[in-house]
This record gives sequence, structure tokens and C-alpha cells, in this order.
Amino acid sequence: MAVIQVERKPLTFAERTYIPQIIGGLWVTLKHFFQPTVTLQYPEQRPEIPKGYRGVPTLVKDPNGREKCVSCQLCEFVCPPKAIRITPGEISAESDNAHVEKGPQAFDIDMLRCIYCGLCQEVCPEEAIFLQNQFSMSGYTRAEMVNNKERLYELGGTLPDEHLKWDKKKTAEEHGNAH
Amino acid sequence: MIQPAKPELVTVNIDGKEIAVPKGTNVIEAARMVNVDVPHYCYHPKLAVVGNCRMCLIEMGMPAVDPATKAPVIDPATGKQKINWIPRPQIGCGTNVSPGLHVKTTSPMVKDAREGVMEFLLINHPLDCPICDQAGECKLQEQATGYGRGYSRFVEQKNVKPKRTQLGPRVTLDDERCVLCSRCIRFSRDIAGKDVLGFVDRGSYSTLTCHPDKKLDHNYSLNTVDICPVGALTSTDFRFKMRVWFLKQTNTIDTESSVGVNTVAWSREGVLYRITPRQNDEVNDTWMADSGRVLYKQVAAADRLKSSDTVNILVTKAAEFFKSGSVAVVGSGRSSVEEQFLTKKLAAALKVSVSLVSRTAPGDKLLISADRNPNIRGALVTGLISELPSAQLTGLAADIDAGKVKTVVSVGEDLAAAGLTAAQLAKVSIVYLGTHANATSAAAKVVIPTLTVFEKAGTFVNQQFRIQKFAKAVPGLAGAYDDLVVLSKLTVAAGGASAADEINALWTAIAAEVPALSAMLYKNIPETGLLLDGTAWAGLPFAEGETLHYKPAATI
Repeated sequence: MAVIQVERKPLTFAERTYIPQIIGGLWVTLKHFFQPTVTLQYPEQRPEIPKGYRGVPTLVKDPNGREKCVSCQLCEFVCPPKAIRITPGEISAESDNAHVEKGPQAFDIDMLRCIYCGLCQEVCPEEAIFLQNQFSMSGYTRAEMVNNKERLYELGGTLPDEHLKWDKKKTAEEHGNAH
Repeated sequence: MIQPAKPELVTVNIDGKEIAVPKGTNVIEAARMVNVDVPHYCYHPKLAVVGNCRMCLIEMGMPAVDPATKAPVIDPATGKQKINWIPRPQIGCGTNVSPGLHVKTTSPMVKDAREGVMEFLLINHPLDCPICDQAGECKLQEQATGYGRGYSRFVEQKNVKPKRTQLGPRVTLDDERCVLCSRCIRFSRDIAGKDVLGFVDRGSYSTLTCHPDKKLDHNYSLNTVDICPVGALTSTDFRFKMRVWFLKQTNTIDTESSVGVNTVAWSREGVLYRITPRQNDEVNDTWMADSGRVLYKQVAAADRLKSSDTVNILVTKAAEFFKSGSVAVVGSGRSSVEEQFLTKKLAAALKVSVSLVSRTAPGDKLLISADRNPNIRGALVTGLISELPSAQLTGLAADIDAGKVKTVVSVGEDLAAAGLTAAQLAKVSIVYLGTHANATSAAAKVVIPTLTVFEKAGTFVNQQFRIQKFAKAVPGLAGAYDDLVVLSKLTVAAGGASAADEINALWTAIAAEVPALSAMLYKNIPETGLLLDGTAWAGLPFAEGETLHYKPAATI
């Protein structure tokens, strides 16, 4: 391989004094005193999260406070890193949501495994799991990094529901068929 | 050997493929032979044909003949005999093949008919696949993917029907999901012989219910859940436990009785969730008893025996008792053929004979026989016993009383249940190999925990002398040891030659030593079993009465 000798230009007098460079640097600093700040004082200040951001997966309730998840386990099935673990269970006949019949007894998402791909949100037939704006998860132990059902609902909160499929079902059930 | 009568064959043409099928075959079965799927709900190969779901509509035609001369009409365009196609679709399940029958299953008319039927079925079907246990093995779901339109034109209110109806102690019915195929009604009436189910009301209000004052509580009720093409009938035990697509299927054998019903154990990550029947037309068709479906619960039962000692320590402890001599071995008709073979080796090493315990109860003439040991014939085949055992160990009891026996090795048999008194149990040192705690394990000096049928592989010989294999469905419980390993180590400790403790290796020894099983290997036994020659034992007074696909030999 040929070796190319690069000629190093000698420094000019002005460069050798360093003064123009120091003044140039000070000028940039000075300029920023008069410009709007871009730095956020994290964690007191938080960035605005763009729409469609895929943060920590959460479970949501509908406006009536009903847990939307019916533990169909499709998210558990689709989850590429197998981060989701659901124990399905029956909703007791005394509950207000007895007509939904099925709900999760336990719902764990292992955030050490989660890759934030959003497939769980995409596959959910009940629109119960959403990757929301929460982006920072930390903990001192592995167990702390597993979000259980309570924590998932705490993170998820309530989302508006356009369909209210199960409410309609309940109304139909109470109304019944006259024949 | 008598050759079975050759059925009369009929040549039919399905989607352009010629095939000869036995006379009397219907179009669905004939199409299945050329790998053409005709979708259906109400048709079941083991049930009467009713033709009420209309999903199996096909287009059919017969070769044209001149009405006057009976000469074939030749189509000038092709130079072949013309086919007179019937201008409307016909049901495939109710149409038996006839010579020269032509069938189209992919024509536009058939496609239209299927889509029409699907649309009507889906009008009132609830959209609750996410909570429906049938999802994943639902025929309606599958056909909706193939023939559904993907959106509904139905703007009216869907029907409301009873949900969560308890039809019986083990079956829950969701009437909204029912497609009125009547499979469950026909099964209960024709196979189980208990006419308890029926439809009430008319049209879209038709509802499946039990007859007044009756319950779906016979011992075959869960078969209705298996054959239900949708999620209307669900097993109360399996309801909402696990989605079926997570479950691993392992072929096993029902250990309830000597019928040897072929089953599938469904497990996920080492936990069993349910047991369903597996089709074997020579043994159980596609059915099994409800009582056999709960046997998986014994695996995780609270009274499972386990030990913190290693198997070698336990075997050494047991061998201490062998030294003094006067040992008796009690084998079991619940052990697999392999275990019985090793039990025989153990008895030979100890130079004693083996007694077994028979367990009889009235059979139900269907899939539970009078002999409740799954493998008494295995003990005969391996030569562990030559006579049928009795229910009580009277001989052993007498020997214990006389002081002739000082140590009893029980391979999974509860000696107290077999007629030994507590005093007799206390008089001898018992080495108990077993899975669950009982009076014998409590009295035993050494308890060696072993595995249940779901945790090990092996074979059983059923009442027809059919050797059938079962595979390991879930890993063995920690602290319990494989029966083959335990028996083989005990044999060595008793001074016998070492035998293989792995099933495939052991089978080479079995094939070499057991005449009835020569030229056979575990891996070569087909999933539906292999019929052995049982003529050598035909004279024995077996307990079994008549069951499905089995008639006892006439007593001489």
C-alpha cells in the first residue's frame, strides 16, 4: 500500500498567539446568553413526548372504571421476548362486570425483557394495553422491574373508549329478546 | 390369517381427481382421501348424519346417458362423456358416493353457498373470541377466516340467549355461541345412551337445553365439549384456564381401566391443563370417559411422595433389608410393561415370586372395563405372572403371619387396600415405591417416590392384547425418581445383573427376552398400538365384559 505523505502547513503568527481562537470561542458562548435555552432540567423538567411514542406498556381502564383486559393472552403469545405473563381467571358472578366473564388474575410484564416493540398494543383485540409516554424504568432489584397488574393500571390510567362493546352487551342482556 | 373382506370400491371424481373409495362413503370422507377439505360443523365421522348446518354444500353431477337408449352422451367439445351437473348445491355429508359421481368443491356456486352459510351463522354469533376457550381450535373461527366476509351487514340487535348455563357438573353452556349443529345431542343419545339434550324454541331463538328434570351428568358428558365445533359447550374444569395454542400435546394412555383409551395430555411449561381423547378406531373411536380426564390432577396433588435423599441413598437403605432374606415382591397391574419386566428381574434377583393385586369394579360397557388395572395383560406377556391375580393378598398375609416373610417390596401397590392389616404391615419391613401417600407409605421403612404416568414413558397392554405406548408429558417431580431407574438399581442391589434404565435401551433387552414382544422396539410401536398374539392366555378368566370394540372370548 502506497504511503501518502501529507504536508503539514506551518501555523501563521495569529494562530500561534491563539487569541483569535479564544475570542471566537468566547463569542459563541456570549451568543448563547441571548438565545432561548434548549437544555431541560431533567428530571424536574421532562421533554414533551411526541405522538405515537412507544414507552412502557401499560394496562388501561375504560371510562366506567372497568378493566379492559379480558386475559385473551394474545399479547403473551405475540410478545417476541416473552416479557408478558398472564394468569387468566373468571370474573365472579357478583361483580358488576360479570357479563365480561373473563379477566386477568395476574398480569406481569418483565421490563428487563420488554423491547418496547408495541406488538402487544397492536394485537390487543380489546384495546386494553398501550405503550404510553413513560420512558424511564429503573429499580434496585430484578423483582422491582416486573410490573404487576396493579402497577400496570397505575401507569395506564383511563383511556376514552369509542366502542363500549361490553356496555352494549350488558344493555342487550338486560333488555333481552322479546319473542 | 383371515384377510378382512375387501370393501366394494366405487370410482368418483373429486375436483378432477379420480379416486376409488369404499361404497357407502360420503363425499366429505371421499374428499378427505384426496386431501380436499370440505368444511362442516354438524357432520362427525362417528355420529349419525343429520345435515343441518349446510356448510358442506358441494356441486355434484353424474355422467349423462341417453334416456331412451341408455348410451353415454358424449360431449363433442371434449370427446368425453358429458356430466349433468345438478343446478343447485348438495350437502356433502348426506351424499354417499355412487359410480361415476363428479364433485366440485371449489366452484363459484360452492364458494357462494359457503359464504352464505357463514354469513347466516355469524349473524347471531357473539364477537367474544378473546374470552372464548374454543378460540384456536374453533371450526367457526377457521371457516370464518376462509369464507367469512370480514365485516357484518347485520345492523339489527344480535340475539340474546342464556350464558353460563350449567348443563351438568362438568359442562358449562354458552347458548349464544351455539350453531345448532346437534352433535352433542346425537352423542348423548346414540353413543352415551343418555338422551338428555335437546333444542327448544324455533328459528333463531332455538336454544340447546337439558330435558326437564335431567342433567348432562353421565360419565361421558365432556365428549360433547370435544365435539362441539364452537365454544358453546365448555369444560367447567378447563374454562378460562389457558389458551389452547400455548399447550403442548403429548400422546398418553388412560390408566383407568384395561380398555386403554388413547388420550392427549395438554401441558404448558410442565403443568398439565387437560386431557382429551385421541382417535383410535380400534379402541375408543374419538371418545373417553370424564373420570379419566381429571387424572392429570394427581401429578400436582398435595399428597405426592417426594424425598430429599438421592435415589442411591434410598436404594442402599432398601438393600439393607434384602440382606436378611425372606423378601416378598408385590408388583402392580398399574405399572408399565417395562416396569413389570424390571420387577420380574428384581424378583429373580431376590429369588422370589411376585404377587399382583387385581382391581375390579363393574364396567360401563363403553370405555371403562371391569378390570381397573390398565396393564394386567402386560404382566402376563412379560411373564411376571402366569395366573390372574386376586383382589386380596391372602397368600402374602399368611406368609407374614407365619413369619416366612420379613421384607415386602411393593411396586406401587397399597398393601393395606389389598387386605393386609395394620398389624401385618407393622410386622414386616416395607420398601414402598409409589407416587402418593397412603397407609403403606406411612408404614413403610423405606419410601422411594416414583413418577406418575404423565411423567414417564412406557407401554401398556390393553384388554385386546394391544400394546400401546405413552410418552412423557411433563418433567418428573423434583424428589421423585423414574421407576425404571429405581427398579434397575434395586435389582443390582439385590445381586442381579444390571439392566438398562432408559426405555429405548431397555426395549432391546425386552425384545430379546420376551417372546411375545420379540422383533419390537419402543420407538417402532405405532401411536395407535400394535395387536399382540394373546392366544396363549385366551383360557384365563378375564374380568372384562363387553365394551366398545371389545368382546370377551366365549368362556369355555
